[in-house]
Amino acid sequence: MSTRDWDQDAIRRDFPILRREVNGKPLVYLDNAATSQKPVQVIAELTRYYRDYNANIHRGVHTLSQEATAAYEGARARVAAFIGARAPEEIVFTRNATEAINLVAHSYGRAFLEAGDEVVITELEHHSNIVPWQLLRDQHGVVLRYVPMCDDGTLDMAEARRIIGPRTKLLAITQMSNALGTIVPVAELAALAHQHGAVVLVDGAQSVPHLPTDVAALGADFLVFSAHKMLGPTGVGVLWARSELLEAMPPFLAGGDMILTVSMERSTWNAVPYKFEAGTPNIADVIAFGAALDYLAALGMDAVRRHERELLGVAVDRLAAVPGITLYGPADLDARGGVVSFGLDGIHPHDIGQVLDGAGVAIRAGHHCAQPVMQHLGIAATARASFYLYNTPAEVDALVAAVHDAVRFFGRVRV
Amino acid sequence: MSDLEELYREILLDHYRSPRNAGHVPGATHSADGANPLCGDAVHLELTLDGDGRIAGIAFSGHGCSISQASSSLMTEYVKGRDADAALAAVGDFQRMMIEGDPPPAADFGDLEALAGVAKFPVRVKCASLAWKTLEQALADKRGASAAVTTDERSL
Ligand SMILES: Cc1ncc(COP(=O)(O)O)c(C=O)c1O
Repeated sequence: MSTRDWDQDAIRRDFPILRREVNGKPLVYLDNAATSQKPVQVIAELTRYYRDYNANIHRGVHTLSQEATAAYEGARARVAAFIGARAPEEIVFTRNATEAINLVAHSYGRAFLEAGDEVVITELEHHSNIVPWQLLRDQHGVVLRYVPMCDDGTLDMAEARRIIGPRTKLLAITQMSNALGTIVPVAELAALAHQHGAVVLVDGAQSVPHLPTDVAALGADFLVFSAHKMLGPTGVGVLWARSELLEAMPPFLAGGDMILTVSMERSTWNAVPYKFEAGTPNIADVIAFGAALDYLAALGMDAVRRHERELLGVAVDRLAAVPGITLYGPADLDARGGVVSFGLDGIHPHDIGQVLDGAGVAIRAGHHCAQPVMQHLGIAATARASFYLYNTPAEVDALVAAVHDAVRFFGRVRV
Repeated sequence: MSDLEELYREILLDHYRSPRNAGHVPGATHSADGANPLCGDAVHLELTLDGDGRIAGIAFSGHGCSISQASSSLMTEYVKGRDADAALAAVGDFQRMMIEGDPPPAADFGDLEALAGVAKFPVRVKCASLAWKTLEQALADKRGASAAVTTDERSL
């Protein structure tokens, strides 16, 4: 696909929500790590399906069903192309990244891991990539180990080399921390795990929306991400896996669509990836996700990353000058996504978020579903601004101005 | 008054800056822990009931946003010296002020009235309510015990 020029005004016009006001101020949406906004192209695709060819898929001879099936499978092919998968059959649609991780923990974990086998994750993980493995530990007897983070938010690579070893059977790591923005050197860790014969799951919920992705270069065996963080609708997640793995794994959920034949005694499984898509899938949202991928591909993920890196640089520079601020996360901004996590002396993140909301600036305040990261930093919460392709330097200015306002508003608070 | 000024009344910021009854009650007869998992607010409450069922001493510790800290401080100030039953009735009054947006009840609600503006900010109601839910928990067993409470949707 030919790439489109980076025309910031044109991009912003594609996102109707950016024209609204919040508390009498223009919306400055900086909570993109939680979920992204949607362009008209995606919204239109969603309504086009419902208006013009709404039908169930994979089972009708009628025209509408064939059109819907073609659109749904077309989206699958777009996902495969977007991440450099070998074939659309390597793409399984789930509800979200969380469900995709649970699918792997449940299906691969129970079939191919044994009691005593080690599953290695990291201290940087989102709860989604912790709790499924804790369940597998409690119910199946695997040993769960954590690679620690360093105080600057990077992963402790020396510890990683010590912990990943012959007992490691599965390594599950985030490629980008949602709490701090840390970009983890996944390819290096995957190579290490592979030397020991382990399989590697990469949580791409934050990285796939913001960085160019090529599963071959990543060296992963499984990659998961969510459509809603990358301009797509809620309710769609992706599991990519090498097809040999998908072939070998037993089903996760069971029911219609995932079977070939059913008798009263037994059933046989449908081919991959349908084996893992039980029941009527989220047809409309998958189709609309295809439009989101077209949008990102047209801009080019290299350009998206460049844009966010610029905003990050400006934001970090300007926020560093705010009195009483603590900036968390890696100092090397080239190893960090468009995320600024910070705290202000004597002002709780919740209160920062409130004052910013009053200025129309939407950020996140809390533990970001990454409580081990917060515990490591010895804090309960941070305020977090996270950027996407529609954000502008002027919006960074609005953020910085609102943070200064918060400092003024709370005055010389000391607790 | 802007919405923000209505939420963050000066008296609240004052209690946040200089919390009253912060710390511990030596030989407390009752205690409870409250947490607001969503924002990580946590409060530990200790109190002593005297022979007449009056709250003779009360103190809180923990961490949280300005609203949760100010509410803890104001709550302890209000209930100190009161009968346990009167304190429990005040919990009900306070919750009605938060959730139903009722006007502050008794004339002697005093500085607590400053928290009425929180009712307009549904996500912050939990912050303001934490200390009160924790007080209710601490008094739930009048013989003296320790307990834990969280403010999620169900408990509000
Ligand atoms: C790093 C990371 N992993 C996993 C998830 C879970 O995504 P979802 O809630 O869409 O399943 C998130 C979302 O916040 C995330 O940031």
